[in-house]
Amino acid sequence: MSQRVSQTEDHQPVFAGKVLEELQTVLQRYPNKQAALLPALWIAQREHGWISDRIMAEVAEVLGVTPAYVKGVVTFYTMYHQHPVGKNFVQVCTTSPCNICGAEGVVKALLAQTGAGDAGATSPDGKWTIVEVECLGACGFATPILVNDDFIESVTPEKVPEIVRKYR
Amino acid sequence: MGYPHKPHPKETVVLSQYFGDADARTIKGWTKRGGYEALSQALKMDPVAVTDVVKESGLRGRGGAGFPTGLKWSFMPKEKKKAHYLCVNADESEPGTFKDREIMRWTPHALLEGTAIAAHAIRAEIAYIYIRGEFTEPWMIMSRALEEANAAGVFGSIKIYLHRGAGAYICGEETALMNSLEGKRGNPRIKPPFPAAAGLFGLPTTINNVETLAAVPHIVKRGAAWYKGLCLSNPKSTGTKLFSVCGHVQRPGNYEVTMGFPLKALLYDMCGGPPAGRTLKACIPGGSSVPILTREETEACLLDYEGVVAQGSMLGSGGVIVFDDSADMVYQIMRLAKFYAHESCAQCTQCREGTAWTTKIMERILAGQGKTTDLDLLLDLSENMTGKTICVLSDSCAAPIVSGIKKFRGEFEAYLAGNRQPVLVG
Repeated sequence: MSQRVSQTEDHQPVFAGKVLEELQTVLQRYPNKQAALLPALWIAQREHGWISDRIMAEVAEVLGVTPAYVKGVVTFYTMYHQHPVGKNFVQVCTTSPCNICGAEGVVKALLAQTGAGDAGATSPDGKWTIVEVECLGACGFATPILVNDDFIESVTPEKVPEIVRKYR
Repeated sequence: MGYPHKPHPKETVVLSQYFGDADARTIKGWTKRGGYEALSQALKMDPVAVTDVVKESGLRGRGGAGFPTGLKWSFMPKEKKKAHYLCVNADESEPGTFKDREIMRWTPHALLEGTAIAAHAIRAEIAYIYIRGEFTEPWMIMSRALEEANAAGVFGSIKIYLHRGAGAYICGEETALMNSLEGKRGNPRIKPPFPAAAGLFGLPTTINNVETLAAVPHIVKRGAAWYKGLCLSNPKSTGTKLFSVCGHVQRPGNYEVTMGFPLKALLYDMCGGPPAGRTLKACIPGGSSVPILTREETEACLLDYEGVVAQGSMLGSGGVIVFDDSADMVYQIMRLAKFYAHESCAQCTQCREGTAWTTKIMERILAGQGKTTDLDLLLDLSENMTGKTICVLSDSCAAPIVSGIKKFRGEFEAYLAGNRQPVLVG
């Protein structure tokens, strides 16, 4: 029972010191605090890795809204992780233009070669989470993928081994 | 598309002139190329005069609706009593469209300059550029450019901020974008009130697309008459337009042509046509939300707002998706509906239920389990999804379904009759 709390879910507040200062700068751009919610969640996710209930409560307190309100916003957008994800979070575009250019093969190759198994699941070594996403806005460079913040164009199943090696 | 950018001889290069030229990304390189001259010129002009130049040029919104830009600006209150805002829609997410990304990647200062001119014209103190969350590279390049421009003090009293989206197609809808910027769920708002009366934070707001604003400095600098002269067909459609071509063509990429350019020449001469041994079957000319064109319609289509309507579709965002004869149209239309089902904000019943059920019915047809009444059911659902919701996401899902059944009915019927190998959708 002793190791139930994961290391990332400690109780240190995210918005303290330099990170709090960063948020204060962001707040100056808007006429009210609520408008800084998306930027605040981005900062929190960068610091913490994902948006837990505790993080939502902290963001709510800092911005003067309720935790339920924050949850409503977090669940609307696809890019905030509501669960911990692998070290490498890979988004593969599978919308029509990429579909006809072979995106399915890219997904299959990534799932097989990273050991993630299923789309949305994390590989047993904790290194990979592969998800299928809707249009990434680079249809002329099919298939585009995002590995964390790195946008990679024109990925084919043949190029997958090299990408997996690079980020492993 | 190879870089450095070698434009095809038939292209009219205005916005894409410096695509692939990394030096143009820096403020030094940009000013060396005549950048920010239009802004200093505009800042010396009366806002109404700037609006009039844009009105006279005939520039229309490049995000999809094609609304006259100068006219939109003139809707802002004449007497300024409250703060005014400018929103820049860089939430490019329409399947088939990837032009704004290219503008931000290669000519970030063009967008910043256009943004500042527009802010001056509508007398806005603050402009927010809303960039979709997935555009990590454009975000980085825009941030750097903004930092440089701020350090050089080129914007005068106008403040420009970047705001990052977090993954939601619907936030490209103007009022959904404003809600998102306010820290809310990206639900579109009921109109009226229109943004010029009550937009961002309830205050007068104008929202423009990236490509629209990138064209503004050219118009200010070279004059409305020059821009108006860029027209090959209908005088209501002026200037150049970036077309993003993707799918089954040999050379996909962004191509800039004068309004009224033939779609056939774009697809065959510039993009090299379908892969060897294949023939063109269908084409979606303006991003996934517009009706599908057959090969005949595609080859007769002129690329301007009126020309595409004449063929039964819309110019939209200029995202051209090409399907060759290997494409299974039933599967592709199902995949598009699936996109809309995923992206529906779920406010309106017709959209929330309609996008999901049309997808499921098409999955059933593909699996060989379709009923003979399914096509009528799809058309009936589509009718209930058109013109009955707060925004047009629902209509956008119905457009390819209705046009698809009309134009490729035989492919649907082949599945229904059991004449086609069933496809199981995962």
